[in-house]
Amino acid sequence: MHSFGYRANALFTFAVTILAFMCAIASFSDTLNSPTPTAHVQVLSINRFQKRPDGDDEVSMTFNISANLRSLFTWNTKQVFVFLAAEYETSKNSLNQVSLWDYIILEKEDAYFRIRSTNKYRFIDQGSNLRGKDFNLTLHWHVMPKTGKMFADKIVMTGYRLPEVYR
Amino acid sequence: MDWQGQKLAEQLMQIILVAFAVVAFFTGYVLGSFQMMLLIYAGGVVLTTLITVPNWPFFNRHPLKWLDPSVAEKHPKPQAAAATTSKKKGSKK
Repeated sequence: MHSFGYRANALFTFAVTILAFMCAIASFSDTLNSPTPTAHVQVLSINRFQKRPDGDDEVSMTFNISANLRSLFTWNTKQVFVFLAAEYETSKNSLNQVSLWDYIILEKEDAYFRIRSTNKYRFIDQGSNLRGKDFNLTLHWHVMPKTGKMFADKIVMTGYRLPEVYR
Repeated sequence: MDWQGQKLAEQLMQIILVAFAVVAFFTGYVLGSFQMMLLIYAGGVVLTTLITVPNWPFFNRHPLKWLDPSVAEKHPKPQAAAATTSKKKGSKK
């Protein structure tokens, strides 16, 4: 601590070390939050259900998503990435996931929403397995913190079924 | 800056920074504002820099009292006769 430069260096090092500790504790404080998100998806209509020229099934649908994800936000939350996936089982794969819609929630105020949308990304099966198929719609989310650990969780909604015939 | 000034500067730096960190964290947590935490802590770092980095007069209240040159001349350094001992002393420094 005998010179200007040495004192400045010691102060900077110590200050950054403490900052790292503060960030670690801030990340830990996120684990004290126990969120209670709710979500509900209603399939309004199957707009198109076809076999593509290459033999794969493709579906276009319109759905209502209503969700309350406000409890996911803490003081250390930068944004929440949320996406809706159709999940179903085929003889070849025990779990198929097709992302239908996604959104980045930047503000806690926007985390309570109700959206009507068609599938943003194409719902195409790898094969021709979708006729009369039972599937789940799962709302996945990733909570991205300002600092520290990222959290991910989902709500699985069951009981959806595709039509038996192409239309 | 004298010896006791250096010790004081180091202790002041550590205490003020930790105090600001604690205040900043709890203020940020209670207000739910990460930005507030960073602003308070940044203010603390700037304040600590102003207090402990420049060589302020209050860090120089205990100047070292060197021997007067005339006293030093009366006790000349042992020369070649005690070469081995002086080497040992040199290594201890």
